Amino acid sequence: MTRAGLLALAALFGLMGCAAGNESPGSPTMAKIRERGRLVCAVDGAVPGFSTVGPGGAFVGIDADFCRAVAAAVLGDATNVEFRPVTAGERFVALSSGEVDLLSISSTHTLSRDAPGGNTLSFGPVFFYDGQGVMVPRASGIRRLRDLDGKPICVESGTNTELNLADRMRELGVAYQPLRFQSGEQAYPAYEQGRCAAITSDSSLLAAKRSGFKDPAAHGLLPELLSKEPSAKVTVQADPAWADAVRWVTHTLVQAEESGLTQANVEARAAAARRDASQAEERRFLGVEGDFGRQLGLPADFTVRVVKAVGNYGELFERHLGRATPLGLERGLNRLWTRGGLHIAPPFR
Amino acid sequence: MAPVPPADPSPSPLSAAKLPAPKPPWWRDRRVVPWVVQAVVGLLVLLLIAFLLGNLIRNLTAAGLLLSWRWLQQPAGFDISESVIPFNAQLPYWRALAAGLVNTIRAVLVGLVGATLLGTLVGMASFSHNGLLRRLARVYVEVVRNIPLLLQLVFWYFVVFLTLPNGLAAIQLPGVVLAKSGLYVAGLGEGLRWMGPTLVNGVWQAPLRLSVEFGALLTGLIVYSGAFIAEVVRGGIAAVPKGQWEAASSLGLSWFATLRRIVLPQSLRVIVPGLNTQYISLAKNSSLAVAVGYTDLYSVAETTLNQTGRAVEVILVLLAAYLTLDLLISALMNGLNHLVQIRER
Repeated sequence: MTRAGLLALAALFGLMGCAAGNESPGSPTMAKIRERGRLVCAVDGAVPGFSTVGPGGAFVGIDADFCRAVAAAVLGDATNVEFRPVTAGERFVALSSGEVDLLSISSTHTLSRDAPGGNTLSFGPVFFYDGQGVMVPRASGIRRLRDLDGKPICVESGTNTELNLADRMRELGVAYQPLRFQSGEQAYPAYEQGRCAAITSDSSLLAAKRSGFKDPAAHGLLPELLSKEPSAKVTVQADPAWADAVRWVTHTLVQAEESGLTQANVEARAAAARRDASQAEERRFLGVEGDFGRQLGLPADFTVRVVKAVGNYGELFERHLGRATPLGLERGLNRLWTRGGLHIAPPFR
Repeated sequence: MAPVPPADPSPSPLSAAKLPAPKPPWWRDRRVVPWVVQAVVGLLVLLLIAFLLGNLIRNLTAAGLLLSWRWLQQPAGFDISESVIPFNAQLPYWRALAAGLVNTIRAVLVGLVGATLLGTLVGMASFSHNGLLRRLARVYVEVVRNIPLLLQLVFWYFVVFLTLPNGLAAIQLPGVVLAKSGLYVAGLGEGLRWMGPTLVNGVWQAPLRLSVEFGALLTGLIVYSGAFIAEVVRGGIAAVPKGQWEAASSLGLSWFATLRRIVLPQSLRVIVPGLNTQYISLAKNSSLAVAVGYTDLYSVAETTLNQTGRAVEVILVLLAAYLTLDLLISALMNGLNHLVQIRER
């Protein structure tokens, strides 16, 4: 039995064993995090650019840095994070069983995952706009989805991509053989060894995994996208206060970019805002005016701590995924709304 | 002689003295006490179960996750490439789970037969007069049973099967093709015409097809369980008294004939209970299929769990399915055990 099964069993017996918890005001999750002094954050752990183990043994990537941002907001220290690598198949069970506080893994926001009658999860704002792509060896001569007729396609089981693939191929009337693997650690080597004619996942993940191949240039993405995959950070439905805190950490990253606040200048700008009472908007955002932090159960200056710890959204993107990285992704839909993209933060007031 | 007077029918004074003993108090009555103890223990167990179930239901209700089985009727939405029973993405989840169960049973059945054959041969080989064969059997058992099955499966899949050539370069024999994607065997195809394996659009097609995922799982299970069964068989053979070998030998029977006609039939009564355990392990180990991309019950259940969010229900289905499968195997083996026992004549 694999870890997902064990987790589910643990959840089952855990729920059997403990008496019904009484609802305390505020956020039980945040209370738990403060008590143990660190955030337990689930990451994939094997996707370059998003979360991998770096040369020094620390987790690096945009998803890993998001965990640090949340730890900075809640605990004031970005290093107080315990990373828990989980597979796509076991992530939701790990979260709903209380094993982890937060999922910082590319998880597409869908109705059935969100709804109380479905997975009973709570999704934050979209953190990364993606679409499902298909990667093939360039030498294979496959140029379109139709060329995959009768061929084996590798896919991670338990993901949204598995369902999208079935839908799209049904629409096209293309018969294919899905080869379902429990995790990317099996699916990508099987693809690289030539077991499948193609592999499908979110385009960014494909690009990320390709950067780790022996010969990345030998593999290309088909021009067709199978779906839209807006991925978000996930918490449990049962703790709305915690979901709100995580939500506004995401908004902080986007608002900081819009306001031109960076890891380098945020403290100087905060000091300037404290002196200058006329900068009303900046004073509110940086926690000089109002009690927005307290309303969320966070320190007043949580925005300063977040940006100081990891930078703004644009900095995160360029550091881990952008042109200068092996992934070389375009910002595309992930630009700010002011630059023709989709990222927008609601007002901090 | 006067006839002996008939025995006095009246009760003797001795038996008259045997009054009914004073009834002991119930807490010292050997007919009552065991019942009371059992009732109390039984009640405690029931209370514990009721407490746990009550908590489960209360907590599930609080989390909005009360058991519900409606999802079984929802369309599954994912495809299964290798299904014995027809399946497509529009069919409901219970059909997907059934397809997974059939795939599991298929792997278990073939695995049982293969592991038994391999294990019996190796077990017999460890009594061979040929020293090389005897040592090879030992080496096989010691190497295989001391390496985790998961590692062995990954080895068979990634190192052995996925390094097979693909397409035109595949290993081609008359009527049989072994390629990276699987084993293709000639058979009766559409319209009952004899069809050999053919390469269509870069993909091999044949009436009989076994994927490498199934191959890797099966090889792993057979090789692994075979080692344990070999030990069970060896133990069984060793349990037959030496005199049986000597008697057979004095009758002029060969080594193989002795084993087949004299020793093995007698050793069965030692072997069968041990085999039962190995068979049950094999059935449970088949759930490691997820590691090599074979779509078994566990793999389907995992996707189902993820899509529906019904973790507790899906795990209950899994528990019930594996329990039933193992109890069935156990019942069959107990029946067999009954058959091979010594019957008193």
